[in-house]
Parts: sequence; structure tokens; C-alpha cells
Amino acid sequence: MTSETGVQAQARAAERRPMRDLGTGRFGDKLFEWAARGSGLLVLGIMAAIAIFLIWKAIPALRANEANFFTAETWDPNATPPKFGIAQLAFGTVMSSLIAMLIATPVAIGIALFISFYSSRKVASGLGYVVDLLAAVPSIVYGLWGVSVLVPHMEGISKAINAVLGWIPLFGGDGVGKASIFTAGVVLAIMILPIISSISREVFLQVPRANVEAALALGATRWETIRLAVLPYGRSGMIGAAMLGLGRAMGETIAVALVLTFVPGINIHILQDGGATFASNIANSFSEASETGRGALIASGLVLFVITLLINMAARAVVARRKEFV
Amino acid sequence: MAKRIEVSGLHAYYGGVHAIEDISMTVEPRSVTAFIGPSGCGKSTFLRTLNRMHEVIPGARVEGKVMLDEEDLYGPSVDPVAVRRTVGMVFQRPNPFPTMSIYDNVAAGLKLNGVRGKARLDEIVEESLQGANLWNEVKDRLGKPGAGLSGGQQQRLCIARAIAVRPQVLLMDEPCSALDPISTLAIEDLIGKLKNQFTIVIVTHNMQQAARVSDKTAFFNIAGTGAPGRLIEIDDTSKIFTNPEQKATEDYITGRFG
Repeated sequence: MTSETGVQAQARAAERRPMRDLGTGRFGDKLFEWAARGSGLLVLGIMAAIAIFLIWKAIPALRANEANFFTAETWDPNATPPKFGIAQLAFGTVMSSLIAMLIATPVAIGIALFISFYSSRKVASGLGYVVDLLAAVPSIVYGLWGVSVLVPHMEGISKAINAVLGWIPLFGGDGVGKASIFTAGVVLAIMILPIISSISREVFLQVPRANVEAALALGATRWETIRLAVLPYGRSGMIGAAMLGLGRAMGETIAVALVLTFVPGINIHILQDGGATFASNIANSFSEASETGRGALIASGLVLFVITLLINMAARAVVARRKEFV
Repeated sequence: MAKRIEVSGLHAYYGGVHAIEDISMTVEPRSVTAFIGPSGCGKSTFLRTLNRMHEVIPGARVEGKVMLDEEDLYGPSVDPVAVRRTVGMVFQRPNPFPTMSIYDNVAAGLKLNGVRGKARLDEIVEESLQGANLWNEVKDRLGKPGAGLSGGQQQRLCIARAIAVRPQVLLMDEPCSALDPISTLAIEDLIGKLKNQFTIVIVTHNMQQAARVSDKTAFFNIAGTGAPGRLIEIDDTSKIFTNPEQKATEDYITGRFG
């Protein structure tokens, strides 16, 4: 936009001229400056300390490891000689989280769209409030509900999927059960649903009224208005919400640990019992682990950290790709 | 391509607030009718009842009759979506779709109407941008974002988007109020050109603008704060600005009021 208001021009000028040049040298200013700078440095310091500590703890275990850390599917760090690799954990984590995201995102966006554009004003304000509240409930609560109420029904559901989609290797295999990666994914989906929904709703609230009216005035139906003015505008926000959900799913621990039955080795048939994730493995093994075992678990934690980081970076790249238009 | 609008006994409400009261008027096809009046007098509200945009605000409703030639826009079987495809609208602030290119902005309404085929779309997009006096400025960057244009260009882009679907009527709600004088002049020239094809209704706060572009002028007023807006008089623009029937109109245009 070239028709720039005075305020925008000022804001731009301020961007070119950093705040630090505005310091007056008064004691209060100095104090605040150092407090703020100190806080910033403290965050970096803590991050660095955590990383150094983890790496330092992980190195002895990795040295002693007789198997390839990245490709081995076994996890025997307490044996002599210790043999462990993250392949199975990475597979279980990524697969269950992806399933969770794929199930939760469309439903969550549907909920947000309904609240923002379809329900009456009274219903919308009530529902919006409830969704925000639900997003604030720790996800383990949904996880417990999922484990105690949903999981008993998962065997039948899994069998139905296996019967219909069994020709896809992912859903194939014999003897499907309920302690599977797929079940974990479904429970995770329930856990991350409120947060994705809540963020999507926030995003839809930001859509400028002018864009919505532009679409309506062109003769767009409600759904066409959403497609023309709402979804494109909220695209990056929705991707962000889905990624945040994915990140949460990856870090979820106890519910997944309760669902999964440990069976060694990567099993591509995700409807069959078995599987493990980084977090569930750490929760299950940490208390009984030897010195090397703990080191190995810490190393796996580092990998989870890196995977989450990579996913976030990918999400940012997706968001940035169409920046010219937003 | 242009139809006559006949309004009779129209009332509009926002929830319990009576916004405009008992308005009746006729807008001739292929002419420009300007609505003037103080802020809050209901001109924009009235404008939005002409394409059923008033009712998209929660709690808003309309009573009365708006005939577009033979068709009652508020008839029981009339789909508001269809009305808005016949009666186009340009808003106060330029509002191109921010995520779309210039081309896609103009094509947006066409795609809604089921126009398919690249050649056909290309043709109408060019025609509409020509019609909005914007083609020469943007023909080399149709793929660039519409939001990257200047304010005046964005407003002409919005006009191109509105006329691309070949409406019968074009409503303009203070289309120049966010623009500089040069861009305003460009839009006014464009209005003069568009009235050969469309019935145009324009709300404006700028009385010189009303005098420059319109054939007829309607003056709206309110009795006081909270009272519904009313149509005081509608007549040929030259008459309204030189010899209006009503004292209130004369006071307003000569600046002895508000």
C-alpha cells in the first residue's frame, strides 16, 4: 500500500532508527535496559546450558554403543555391550504424531469455522469460550479419557479400517489390535484438537471484515466467502496451529506410554500392536536405566529436540513462501 | 445491462435501533445518483439495503420493498446471494483480496459465477481492467499481489472486480474517501464512463463530488441523535445544489448545518 498514513510512516521511521538510540542515559532507563538485556541473555544461557548438559551426558553412552545410533531398531542400552538405535522410536513418534495431526486438523478447523461463521452469535460466544477453556486443560486429561473410554473401542475400528484399506501396506497385516501406533495417534488427536481449534478461531477472528464483505458483495455464498476471503488469509495461521499441535503430539508421553505395548522393531503395519515413541520410551525406561541407559535416553531426547526444530523450520518455510501475498 | 431501482416504504433496523425510516425513491437506469447527508444519517445503511448487504450484520433487518425492474429484491423466494451478483458494490476502503494476484482478484467473482476457461477469463479480466481504467498500469504485472498497488489503483481494482460479473447496478459507498485528489479524479472520470453501462448509486461526503458526477442527488438527514435517518429530498443534481425545495437541504449544502 502506498497510501501510507502518518502513523505508519512514523512506525517505519522508528524501525529504521533502533530504540537504543533513544536512550536518555537516565538511571531508570539504564536499569531497565540491563534488566531486559539480562533476561534475554538468561534465556540463551539456559538453552545453551541444557544443550551442553544433554550432549555431555549423552556422549559416554554413544561411545559405548555397539550399534548404529540412527539406524538400529533395538533398544538395549543396559546390556553388555550396550546396543541401541532410535530408528523405531523415530518411526513411532513421527507416525503417531502425523496421524494425530491429520485427524485433528480438519476437525479443529471445522469447529473453528462453525464457531466463527455458521453458529448464531449466542452459540458462538458460548462455544468459543468453551473451546478456549478446553485448550487450557492439560492434554493428559484428554489422554486419560482416550485411554479409558476410546481405546476399548479401537480394536473394532482398527479391524474395520484393516478390512477396507488393508491393501495399503500401512493399514495392512493380520491380527490388528488396540495397542497400536494408530490408536496412539487417535488419542493424540483428541489431545491436540482443542489447541488447534482455539488457535484457528483466533486466526479467523483476525480476518478483516472488509475482505469478508468484499466476497459477500460479489455474490459469494457462505462457503465461497470462506474459501475466497477466510482460508487464504488464515492459511499461515492454520499451518502454524497444525504445527503447534504436531509439536505437542510429539512430546506427549504418558498417554502414549499407556496405550502402546512394546514390541521390538519397526512395524510398518500401524494397526498392529506395538511401537514406541521417544517420549514413551523415556518414561518407561528411565527409572530402571543404568548410567549408560540414561545417557542413551538423553541422546534420544536430543534427537526429538532436533526433529521438532526441523518441523518448526519447515513450517516457517511454508508460511514464508507466500509472504509476498500476506 | 442496467435496471431501474424503485424503493418504497423502506425501513432498516440494527437489532432494536431504527436506522432509516420510510424511504421511497426511484433510481433511473444508466444514471448516477448521489446520496449526501451528515454522518449517521443512514445513507450507507440505505445503500446496503439495495444489495441485501445490510442483513449480513447480525440482528439487522429490513422492511419495505426494493424493486429491480420487475423483481422484488426482498421477495420470499429471492436468494440474497443472487441479488448481490446482480447489484455490485464498491466499498469505502479499497478491499482487494490480500492473498490474491491482480488477475485473481478480478477473476474471483467470475469464478463464483462458473466462468471457466483461461481464454474466456483472460478476455473478461482485460475488459474489466480496461473498463476500470487500470489495464495500462497493471497489464505487465497481473500476477503480482493486488494489495501491492497504490490506494487509488486498489480502488479501481475493486471496481474492476465488481464490474467483471456484469452487474445491473453498481453501488459505491464513499469510494474516494480514502484516496488523494488525483486518484479521486481518476475514479470520478471512471464513474462518468461507467454510467453508460450501469445504474450507479454513490454515497459521498464530498458535495463537490456529488455535483461533479451525479445526475440526481438525494439528501438524507436525521432529526437528532438516535432518531432514524430520513430522505429529505431527491431531485436533479443541478436543482439540489442551486434551488432545493427544502430548507434543510439548502442549509446543509451551503454549510449552515453540521
